[in-house]
Amino acid sequence: MASHGIRDRVAIVGMGCTHFGERWDRSVDDLLIDAATAALGSAGASLDDVDAYWLGTMGSGVSGMTLSRPLKLGYKPVTRVENFCATGSEAFRNACYAVASGAYDTAMAIGVEKLKDSGFSGLVSNDPPDDGTSAQLTAPAMFSLLAPAYATRYEVDDATMADVLARIAWKNHANGARNPLAQFQREVSIEAIKASPRVSGQLGVLDCSGVSDGSAAALVVRAEDAHRYTDRPLFVKALSFVAGPGTGPTDPRYDYTTFPEVVRCAQDAYAQAGITDPRNELALAEVHDCFTPTELVLMEDLGFSQRGEAWRDVLEATFDLHGRLPVNPDGGLKSFGHPIGASGLRMLYECWLQLRGEAPEDRQLRTVGEGRTLGLTHNLGGQPGACVSFVSVVGTEPAA
Amino acid sequence: MAGILALGTYLPARRLARSAIGAALGQDAGAGERAVAAPDEDAVTLAVEAARHALRDVPAPAALYFATTSPPYADKTNATTVHAALDLDERCAAYDMGASVRSALGAFRSAWLSARGGEAVLAVAGEVRTGRPGSMDERDGGDAGAAALLGPGGPVLAEVLAHEARTAELLDRWRVPGETASSLWEERFGETAYVPLARAAFQAGLEAAGVTPQAVSRVAVAGLHRRAVRSVAKALGGVAVIDDGVAEIGNAGAAQPLLLLHRLVEGAAPGEVLVLLTLADGADCIVLRGGEALGSGYPRQPDAPALPLSYPAFLTWRGLLDREPPRRPDPPRPAAPPSHRNSRWKFGLVGSRCAACGTRHLPPERVCLECRSVDQMDAEPVADVAGTVATFTVDHLAHSIVPPVVVGVVDLDGGGRLQCELTDVDPDAVRVGDRVEMTFRRLYTTTDGVHDYFWKARPVRTASIERS
Repeated sequence: MASHGIRDRVAIVGMGCTHFGERWDRSVDDLLIDAATAALGSAGASLDDVDAYWLGTMGSGVSGMTLSRPLKLGYKPVTRVENFCATGSEAFRNACYAVASGAYDTAMAIGVEKLKDSGFSGLVSNDPPDDGTSAQLTAPAMFSLLAPAYATRYEVDDATMADVLARIAWKNHANGARNPLAQFQREVSIEAIKASPRVSGQLGVLDCSGVSDGSAAALVVRAEDAHRYTDRPLFVKALSFVAGPGTGPTDPRYDYTTFPEVVRCAQDAYAQAGITDPRNELALAEVHDCFTPTELVLMEDLGFSQRGEAWRDVLEATFDLHGRLPVNPDGGLKSFGHPIGASGLRMLYECWLQLRGEAPEDRQLRTVGEGRTLGLTHNLGGQPGACVSFVSVVGTEPAA
Repeated sequence: MAGILALGTYLPARRLARSAIGAALGQDAGAGERAVAAPDEDAVTLAVEAARHALRDVPAPAALYFATTSPPYADKTNATTVHAALDLDERCAAYDMGASVRSALGAFRSAWLSARGGEAVLAVAGEVRTGRPGSMDERDGGDAGAAALLGPGGPVLAEVLAHEARTAELLDRWRVPGETASSLWEERFGETAYVPLARAAFQAGLEAAGVTPQAVSRVAVAGLHRRAVRSVAKALGGVAVIDDGVAEIGNAGAAQPLLLLHRLVEGAAPGEVLVLLTLADGADCIVLRGGEALGSGYPRQPDAPALPLSYPAFLTWRGLLDREPPRRPDPPRPAAPPSHRNSRWKFGLVGSRCAACGTRHLPPERVCLECRSVDQMDAEPVADVAGTVATFTVDHLAHSIVPPVVVGVVDLDGGGRLQCELTDVDPDAVRVGDRVEMTFRRLYTTTDGVHDYFWKARPVRTASIERS
């Protein structure tokens, strides 16, 4: 028994991503049509070229017909998947496996979410009937538990911790200011971030990702067929998914300074991709910055920083656009908001642009120019101590 | 001889100063304070807290009677919620006693008669007193729970020598079900009616008990008719009447008789004769004699913190000030089947402990998180286990009538962790490492009227009480 991966057997040959934001002008159907059309267009393909579809959405529709009806698909298989905040990535993972298995030559992974139509602040979940005994925490409340735990364990004083968290938000907004698809396309000052109204614990509004609508899609094919569609495909190096046992909130040993699920997931992905030094091998990482302390902890769980050192690396600009390892160069959830089904594929879209040299000039990465060829995407969903984690690695180099 | 085996009282943490009512409404509202149930408390939760204190070191009752004028539910029994929260055996009967102040006397009398027949029975009351802004009921009301366990004998706190009732159809006050405010008849009428009824009950009680008025050490008088209560105290002539606590707590309606029972017994010595008179649609006289269990000292009740509360907050809590809700969906309705399946957890806070490795699980699990043994669990009650705040957060976004919601990760003494709300706390004063204990609360009420009962953690009240 082992996780073997499907390294270099599947390639991404086309991608599309809508503008993320308050898309009052667009329905779920519209967003799906926009993303699918853009993905097919970038590959020079049509709907008839796609053998099967995986649709990721948390709550903007059920069943494969959420996609087949607006696109008027011709009696093709469509699977709707959901896996918390990794929903879009889960669609991608399954589409890749479908092609790798030989069941289909081509598959599309597409994710969508329309959050703004609910009229509520923050995310809204629709849980099955229960006995009403679970604590009704909002997402920012759950993730706010990380900051004091981290600061206490690594002896980071309050002022420094505030600087660290604000700098993560500042960095991602600075990146998003260079992205025409982002929900928020302007820089935000450290002072404004620190002064934003409190939402939960130490977290202000500007420590939280936004609430937005969006969709993104990827067309995947057998690696050997990739060059029929594009000269510059991205090869899938690793796909890893972990669902944790969910014991953190009930086990006194869990200390809220790490996501054990992410640690295991990253180890698996690096093994599949043959990565031993992610900080120096990756050209970029798109990680799940739902809240600022999440990104801080992820730098350690993903192996970009030593334990207890991420806060220092953040302050030393390690993860800035032109740092040693750019993290969230597209602006992250912070600038894009988090339309759940779409986020994972939106991250992949940044790898698609950056690794292939298509990112706008003002956010092109030096790491790519220096010859790094690998990009990482990461999602987590749930809460600290009880979550799912996804990690992918994609790259421009074909199998050796 | 049958008597009171145990008593328990519970006062909510918040106090509203009557001067705050006066200042807000521009009228004289008197001095002193009243106890106020938090929005997560109701007659049932107040009764549960009182009963938990009463039942700490005594055998479980064979039945319980629950009295209140403010029942959270009609049709559905409220006593069953009290029963479940106390994790009592299915064979323990549980009944509601009407919706009047007098129902508390019915609970007591029934419990006493059962005790004479050989059973231990719990009489328990909980009360949230409401009234129109500026009314006497709002000002003089108080919220509390009180419980008395009556049993056939053994070392009792007090023997019950007699319970004599005089019954009268009286319209001195009334409230249509569903309304939050009562109406009162002109005061003099009730006073005139109550005084002779009380005198008759008092005489009958002493006769039945075989004691003279001179033998009575102290009397307590309960009743919502303030003027009649004062007049009766005077009409008894020469007998020492104890302070009824209305000035500093408020009058707790159906819980008031059992609260005063506690006050009477608390200060008594073995052998002393004590009388509780209650004026409610007639008069009830209960005659007690201090029992041998008093010799070893009356069991201490927990210290009640007294946190100040503003009048606007009070009005909001009682639903009299309709505030802007958060832009969040209404909380989901707890479903009946899982609530029933999991009732020992939801209401009794009973987790599980792995028989194979000893790991405690909250909520109860079938598969051990430590050794992964399947179905090797024993029931593990933790309602009386204290804990420590491992970490916490203040949630300004979550749905609540009193935002922000404070959520704690609580590590219980002896193992197990519970993520739950912290209550009766100042959000700015909570610290990692704070000691907490569990308290039965109403988390919220859905738009279709389902009360979601579960447990929260509050700062330790009972630290000074020795536990066996």
